[in-house]
Amino acid sequence: MPQVKIITQLFGVEDSHRLPVYERHGGYQAIRKVLSGMSPEAVIEEVKKSRLRGLGGAGFPTGLKWSFVPKDSQRPKYVVVNADEGEPGTFKDRYIMMNVPHNLLEGIMIAAYAIGAHTAYIYLRGEYVHPRRRLEQAIAEAYAKGYLGENIFGLGYKLDVYIHVGAGAYICGEETALLESLEGKKGWPRLKPPFPATVGAFGCPTVVNNVETLSYVPHIIQRGAEWFASLGTERSGGARILSVSGHVRRPGIYEVTMSTTLREVIYEHAGGIREGRALKAVIPGGSSSPVLRAEEVDVACCFDALASIGSMAGSGGVIVMDETTCMFDALHNIVQFYAHESCGQCTPCRVGTGWLKRIMDRIGEGRGVPEDVDNLRAIAADMLGRTICPLGDAAAMPVMSFVDKFREEFEQHVREGRCSLRQTVREAVS
Amino acid sequence: MSVAFRSSALEKVQEIFRRYPDRRAAVIQLLHLAQEEFGYIGPEVERYVAELTQVPPVFVHQVLTFYGMFRTQPAGRHHIKVCRSIACHLMGATSVLEYLEKKLGIRAGQTTPDGRITLSTVECLGACELAPMMQVDDDFCGPLDEQRIDEVLEKLK
Repeated sequence: MPQVKIITQLFGVEDSHRLPVYERHGGYQAIRKVLSGMSPEAVIEEVKKSRLRGLGGAGFPTGLKWSFVPKDSQRPKYVVVNADEGEPGTFKDRYIMMNVPHNLLEGIMIAAYAIGAHTAYIYLRGEYVHPRRRLEQAIAEAYAKGYLGENIFGLGYKLDVYIHVGAGAYICGEETALLESLEGKKGWPRLKPPFPATVGAFGCPTVVNNVETLSYVPHIIQRGAEWFASLGTERSGGARILSVSGHVRRPGIYEVTMSTTLREVIYEHAGGIREGRALKAVIPGGSSSPVLRAEEVDVACCFDALASIGSMAGSGGVIVMDETTCMFDALHNIVQFYAHESCGQCTPCRVGTGWLKRIMDRIGEGRGVPEDVDNLRAIAADMLGRTICPLGDAAAMPVMSFVDKFREEFEQHVREGRCSLRQTVREAVS
Repeated sequence: MSVAFRSSALEKVQEIFRRYPDRRAAVIQLLHLAQEEFGYIGPEVERYVAELTQVPPVFVHQVLTFYGMFRTQPAGRHHIKVCRSIACHLMGATSVLEYLEKKLGIRAGQTTPDGRITLSTVECLGACELAPMMQVDDDFCGPLDEQRIDEVLEKLK
């Protein structure tokens, strides 16, 4: 499948981040259509029919999520945008906020109307200084035009949008940790239920959506749910923006339909493997998704296809590894990441990520013992499903998949106390 | 109170309070503001933020120490943060860090004796297409090689 241009259609257009340019290219028509003639229920129904799913990683159907917000609640309701993009290998939301911040704002407006929210917070990771400036400018432009504030578009709806700047914690990308952080606290995930739809920000009904997910909403309203659904697969509507990194010729973002295979993404869109080398492995959905071997890439990038082969579509962060990659070394890096980012709340994750790291450190230092490989797998399996939030699973899944699929490399490291692959590569280069 | 925001920052504080239904929600935002104003967050600043947001000092301390972006020590005039996560690692982040450490004569976590540059390592910055990359103050720089690093360092006064 060719690339599609939906959210990315204005990328590369001069000043695409400015309100007049966005509007000249059809922007802010969807919200006008919504406010001037659609009921909130009709908006939710349209998003349900589009089969739009959460593109931050969980893949939860967006329309369904919105429908869980109680309609009769007298409490304030909130839309919270997850712009805490932190899953290693993922950078698409940064492109959206830099290039088309008004597209995101329009999505926020529609979501707010659909659930009856009059306040929205964009939870933006602190390191994204330039995206913050773009969003601040876009929000100011929208207020100045009357597109945000007391009576948006003159159509009788009130909406305020604020940016909340995060401070460097991977865990805050998890929606309940994000809500804690929005409330000014350390980002410790909450037990669910209650789900944010009923008890979210400040104890009130809340919808938390990813930047990209919300950015598709105006396009769905404008062009119709059937159009969007038909681009995708049976249960994953439309398209998504993949972030491609690692050993490809053209790392970057690629907006593709959900039926596009990883092979097409890697070899056609991203230009294939650097220096004509062979593909060894791919992490398809950010660093927490189980790794795939080279022969497994004829798989659609949609949620169900990747789940059916034991991995996950996650955040769409496609990390490509060529034949020179030491899989022990790659996993060692990933294990260090989760050990650093575990928030410390749940014992299996706090202790498990530490154990995994220490075993990997030991093998890396040439002091591995034969049972280490089985122990890595066993510790990871014991973490799975035993924590409040998915970080424990996110740390366990790479370990299990790397060990299962590349076991010989791990055993070789333990046996020889060094990396024969890197040795070979070094000799070949010198 | 021995530390206090300038009046321009105090106006900003009021603007931040208006965004939320309670003052506690502003703690992280005020710590950011304090770091901009004072360079780092020492014990006095912690207590000041607690007073402004009407929370116990221990609450601010807990938040301060949970998040990676807050500095509790003075830093250099420029802050270089080298990404060490998987995409950058695959593309040579280790060599980038080694080169910077050699060139600056300091280790990650330290500041040059002239107070010019603080060097840190960080986890994924969300710019993997630039791998290997680093953040220099507000800007993302990459893909990095020794020549590009030299050029970036040259501009930091």
